[in-house]
Order: sequence, then C-alpha cells, then structure tokens
Amino acid sequence: MEKDIQQKYWKENLKYLAILLFIWFLVSFGFGILLVEQLNTIKIGGFKLGFWFAQQGSIYVFVILIFVYIKLMNSLDSKYEVND
Amino acid sequence: MDIQTWTWLLVVSTFSLYIGIAIWSRASSTGEFYVAGKGVHPIANGLATAADWMSAASFISMAGIISFSGYDGSVYLMGWTGGYVLLALLLAPYLRKFGKFTVPDFIGDRYYSDKARIVAVFCALIVSFTYVAGQMQGVGIVFSRFLEVDITTGVIIGMVIVLFYAVLGGMKGITYTQVAQYCVLIFAFMVPAIFISMQMTGIPIPQLGFGSAGADGIYLLDKLDGLHSALGFHEYTSGSKSKVDVFFITAALMVGTAGLPHVIVRFFTVKKVSDARKSAGWALLFIAILYTTAPAIAIFARINLIETVSNRSYSDMPDWFNKWETTGLITFNDKNNDGIIQYVADKETNELQVNRDIMVLANPEIAKLPNWVIALVAAGGLAAALSTAAGLLLVISSSVSHDIIKKIINPQISDKGELLAARLSAVVGVCIAGYFGIHPPGFVAAVVALAFGLAAASFFPAIVLGIFYKRMNKEGAIAGMVVGIVLMLFYMVKFKFGIFDGGKNAVDSLKPDWWFGISPEGFGTVAMFVNFAVAIIVSNFTSPPPKEVQDLVDNIRIPYGAGNATH
Repeated sequence: MEKDIQQKYWKENLKYLAILLFIWFLVSFGFGILLVEQLNTIKIGGFKLGFWFAQQGSIYVFVILIFVYIKLMNSLDSKYEVND
Repeated sequence: MDIQTWTWLLVVSTFSLYIGIAIWSRASSTGEFYVAGKGVHPIANGLATAADWMSAASFISMAGIISFSGYDGSVYLMGWTGGYVLLALLLAPYLRKFGKFTVPDFIGDRYYSDKARIVAVFCALIVSFTYVAGQMQGVGIVFSRFLEVDITTGVIIGMVIVLFYAVLGGMKGITYTQVAQYCVLIFAFMVPAIFISMQMTGIPIPQLGFGSAGADGIYLLDKLDGLHSALGFHEYTSGSKSKVDVFFITAALMVGTAGLPHVIVRFFTVKKVSDARKSAGWALLFIAILYTTAPAIAIFARINLIETVSNRSYSDMPDWFNKWETTGLITFNDKNNDGIIQYVADKETNELQVNRDIMVLANPEIAKLPNWVIALVAAGGLAAALSTAAGLLLVISSSVSHDIIKKIINPQISDKGELLAARLSAVVGVCIAGYFGIHPPGFVAAVVALAFGLAAASFFPAIVLGIFYKRMNKEGAIAGMVVGIVLMLFYMVKFKFGIFDGGKNAVDSLKPDWWFGISPEGFGTVAMFVNFAVAIIVSNFTSPPPKEVQDLVDNIRIPYGAGNATH
C-alpha cells in the first residue's frame, strides 16, 4: 500500500474522531455536568433538561455516535480500498 | 406457586441452559479458548460484551446507588456508557487488527519489551481479581436471600457452574453462555420496571415514565424533590458532590471502562476490523437498555419507599419489610419510642437504615408484583454475576498461560500444553475468587470502585499512545504506566485507607486535603494525565522505537489484511 494514501486515510479518520469526540464531550461533560444548572431551568415534561442529559440524553447520543462512526468508517474504508 | 418454588424453577432452568451451551461449544485449541476462534458474529459479540460488562453491581446495586444519591448517581450512568465511545473510536478496531490474544500481548509487542508485558500482566491480574471477588460475593448474596441457602453454599454452586463452562469452553463457551445470560438478565431487569412504570404513571416505557406525572397529576421528579426537602435530604435532581469531583469521577469511570482487559479482549473475538466497530455499537445499545432504565427504577423505588415507610406506624409495615429486616438489609431503631418510622436525613433522629441493594432486589415486592416477577430478579442477578465472573476468569487464565508461561517462561510449549495450562489456571482462578467471595476482605468494595482508576492510570494511555503516537517508545510507555499506577495507588492508600494518617477513621477528616478537591474515585483521571505527560516527555528524550515497530503501528491503522489470530 502506498504511503501517502495511507496517510490521507489516517488524516480523515482523525478528523472524524475529533468531531465525534467533541460531541461526546459536549453532551456528557458539557450538558450533563458543566452547564447542568443553566439547562435545569428549561423543563421538558417532568424532566429538567440538564438532569435529563446526565441520566438519559447523553447515553442515547453515545449510542448514536458509535453507529455514525461505523457508517463513516465503512465508507472511508471503501473510498481508500482498505476494507478487510 | 410461591416465590421459593418459582425461584428454584427459574434458577435451575437457566443454569441447565448455560451447561447445555457449554457442552455444545467446547474449545479444542488455544485460539478457541482465548478468542473463540475469532469467528463471533458482531451482534452476538455485542450481546456477550453487554453481559460481560454488566456485573452484579450494575444489576443489583446501581439503581439503588442512584436512588439514594440522585443527580450524583449520574457519574455511573455517563461513566459506564461513555467509555464505550472511547473503546469504539480509539481502541477496539486497532486492537482487533493487531490480532493477538490478550492486552499484555499488545503492550509487550508494541513496546518490544518483556518488562512492559510483565507490568501489563500485573495490572491485568490486580484489576481482574478485585473485580471477580465481588461477583462471587454477588452470587452468594442472591442465593442466600432468595433461596435461603447460606452464602458459602451459594458461592460454591456458582463456582461449579462457572468452572464448568469457563474451563470446558474457554472464550467460545463463555461467549455463547453470555449471549443467553444477557437475555435472562435484561428480561429480569425490564419486566419489573415496565410493571412499576405502568402502575405509577400508566406509561409502559420506564424511560418516559419517570418524566411523567403520577395519578395525582404531579410530575414524579417534582414530587420526589418535594419529599426530599421535607425530610431534609438534598434535592434529588441536584446532588451534593462538587462539580469538579463529578467531572473527574465521570472521566475516570469512562476511561477506566475503556481500559478494562476483560472488556477489551471481547473485541478480539470477531472476524474483521469493521466487525469490531460494529460489535462496540451493538454492545452499547444493549447496555443502554439497562442503563437508561436504572434511573427510572431508582425514582420509582425511592418514591415507593418513602411513601410506604415515612411517618407510618411500624406495626402496619407490609410483609416485605419484616422479611428484609431479618436479612439485616433494613434496620429500624425506634429512637423516640413512638412506634412510628422517622426516615429523615438528620443522623441523630433518623430511625431507618436501608441497604441500597434492596431497591432492585425488593422492588417487585414493594410494588406488589406477581411471584414469578420476584423470582425473575434472582435469576437475573445470577446471570449478571456469572457472566462477568467468567469473562474475568478468562483474562486471569490467559494472563497466566499465555502471557507468562507461553511468552516468557516456556516459548516452546505445545498448543495442547498451553491449552491445559489455560484450563488449570482457570481452575485455580475460580478457587481463589471463590475464597474471596466467601471471606470478602473489607477492602473489596472500595477497591472495585478504584479498579477503574487503576485501569485509567495504567492501560488506557499506553494503548492509545501505542496506536496514535508512532514516536512512543518503550522507555516512555513503561515510565508512564509505572508513574501513573504508583501515583494512583498512593492517592488511594492515603485518602481512601488513611494509611499515613492513622487508618480508616481518619479518612473523613482528610477530605479538605484532597488535591484540587478530587476524591480518590476521580483521581484516576489525574493519574491518567500524568501518565500521558510522563510517557511523552520521556520518549522524546530517548531513542525512537525500531523500524519494525513503526511499521507495526502503520499496519494496525489500516483495516486491510486482518487475518486470523496468530501467536
């Protein structure tokens, strides 16, 4: 395999990781911890929003993030023809 | 049928199922014993990983912990699920591409050093043994509470079952029993939750139910906040830990989860790199079903408990109250002799002590559910404990037979000999775990929580740097791991055990001295950052890794060509 193709593949992979991990950080550490009081002033049904992110929302987003990652990487693998 | 008969029926039939699967999936080579021949379907692996991961603590204790700590309990919910994102994005696909059998395998090869391998084996054994003791204890507790056999007999029954399928089937047997165990445990967890959600809110989905209103039209969470402040507890939805501490504990649990060897090794069992990613996704989905239900159970149980006991006459208490009183999990001490239960936050006047495990174990009884649902909880708790114990035993046996015997002591050992060694070390592992399950050392509960800190401080940086930083060499990695784990151990013995300041009794008075206000549970995050920093600095002052190691790193970054496992 050629070196520069490998490097391009790796760079795109790192870009995806940065974006997905930013969202990962935002919904848990951001919404669930650092901004929890501000978000708790918003109520959806019986849930205070910050509390909901800490005990429900962040987990749903985690699941979605991994499935998005799977999809992105599968198409990246085919684009660079490095699938196994 | 009464509860006892139902419980025996369910326990015996699930155990026969596990044994049947074990006989059907015997392992005939080390490849099958360590990694199930690398042929597990991603969804099956997701199910197995979920059962492997969700332990007696997740099933029996977590909802109760949340129930008593409210918002503070979020650290477990976010920490023990968010780690899977790190696992899927940063570790699983690359470790699968690497294609060996164990975590110390990766550390030893990537850092071209048997010293690094030994450090990794040592860390894996410490983490796994503390964890497995807790599982065997969980088995004993479930047996003694639901079936009225004593804890020792309960642990021995559990040992025999695990021994049977772990020794016979290795990873192959464990994988397929774990699939069955996931189904049992999730059914057992969800059925009472759905029943109770229906009862309290009329909504069958607990995740939505706990954000809705009860029959009186008041939102459950508002009602609970009100009950809490009336009794002097902190507001349920706000918590009492400092923000800094919540942040660091969550991070330590996430990173620790991603660094636990018995979880990582599950991703070695699939056929392809893309399958490793997929199974991480499925695993988290299956885990999320339980983890998003737990906070709902926590709230239903908390409201039910307060409404049943608070300011009620002791003589009017229902059957379950007296039953759990005899096990010592509920204790009532009528301090002012008025015959009425005062359940309040103030320690001086509070008359009721409730063990947190009751929130799951007695929840169906408190909600007056049918007998078969109550019995189901016992079968579920056993499935959760046994599945995790088996996964941990496999890490212990492969560390001994593969990482120590095959890789260091006797590289000439035949595949048959290694397989025998693996089986024997599994037997020894079960016996040690059983011993600790029967005679739990007082520090087990404390250490299990800190196992995550230890995993975060040792494995996680070494593996991530090994993949994402080609320049990382053995000097850097070893220095980082050693400094990280020593720092974590130091903080643990100082602030958790009070060893330098007069023992256990001094622990509370040391709280103001916590560095940056971070508790020992959250300190793994700090130790992890120190590990990263030390590793990077040391490696930049020492020679770069050899060419073939740099090529190895290039190779694991690309999915192409992930073949079968090799020695």
